[in-house]
Amino acid sequence: MSERKPDWPDRLFEILKGGGVRQVGYVPDAGHARLIERIRADDEIRDVALTTEEEGVALAAGAWLGGDRAALLMQSSGVGNCINMFSLARTCRFPLLMFITMRGEWEEFNPWQVPMGSIVDPVLRLCDAEIYRANVPGQVAGVAERAVQRAFGNERIAAVILSQQLIGKKVWTK
Amino acid sequence: MRLGRRAAMATLLAGRDDNLLVVPGLGSTAWDAAAAGDNDRNFYLWGAMGGAAMIGLGLALAQPRRRVAVITGDGEMLMGLGSLATIGIQQPRNLAIVVFDNGVYGETGMQPSHTQGGVDLIAVAGACGVATCLDVRDENALVDLAQRLKTLDGTLFARVLIAAEEPPRVLPLRDGVKLKERFRAALGV
Repeated sequence: MSERKPDWPDRLFEILKGGGVRQVGYVPDAGHARLIERIRADDEIRDVALTTEEEGVALAAGAWLGGDRAALLMQSSGVGNCINMFSLARTCRFPLLMFITMRGEWEEFNPWQVPMGSIVDPVLRLCDAEIYRANVPGQVAGVAERAVQRAFGNERIAAVILSQQLIGKKVWTK
Repeated sequence: MRLGRRAAMATLLAGRDDNLLVVPGLGSTAWDAAAAGDNDRNFYLWGAMGGAAMIGLGLALAQPRRRVAVITGDGEMLMGLGSLATIGIQQPRNLAIVVFDNGVYGETGMQPSHTQGGVDLIAVAGACGVATCLDVRDENALVDLAQRLKTLDGTLFARVLIAAEEPPRVLPLRDGVKLKERFRAALGV
């Protein structure tokens, strides 16, 4: 394997930008590091660092009330933090576009990541989210474009799952 | 004598213009806002406890030419305390967070909240970097706050000390989709 950085985070950035997203809420995450960097450097997109992921669900609702498109970046553990706040999107049919980096599903070193990581899909399904999964770099742009369409075109909850295999395992010792 | 909540809400929203957008937190503040007069530019919450301030932030960032007032209770604010830190970093000029603090959870049987135990929301907001933090304890301070809501020029936090009372409920529209759609239509978005 070469050391070349993957370019799918840049494709995601272009899709968000091209899709008219103007606010991005996020809890910092290694898998989203490159995308967060691009968003922070962009003048048109407001980056909103959150203390917990559920803040981002409410932020996105407020943004839509005011005519803005928002997106929410988080790690799989954040899905659990959001469950009750998803009620806001479900009751009012707010668009909610999420990009979720997975932990606890592939070559995971930290067993504490497994319990939440293993229930992300069923939890999202129970919360009426449409799930779009990317396991390899070539799938990312396509599923992201469909998720953007569904979220804002149909006022739906759309979750793009970026698998741990796609992101690569976390290096614990160097 | 603590302020009455219905009169306090009426004072804050009296003579509001079309550029004031109001997010009343779930429970009593939603009933207070409805009692002050229904308005398409109110987005009443019937749930999403802990989310009112963040809805206000997203709205304020999306609508920089309009003013946003989140008016919520102490229990609701306590559940989303982290959002004050997030707002302290963002500092939109057009956002006010107003907390009606009676020190109890009125909707669930008047159990004491942390503010009754000494947690000071003004100090929290100040420590989070919110530049203007007001302690509203009397009619004069309330009128001053109402005036500030007409010309917001910086993120504002206000704690309004109100009496622990339970006036008759005035229930607003509770269909979330309709609330959302009439709000967006009023803004023309």
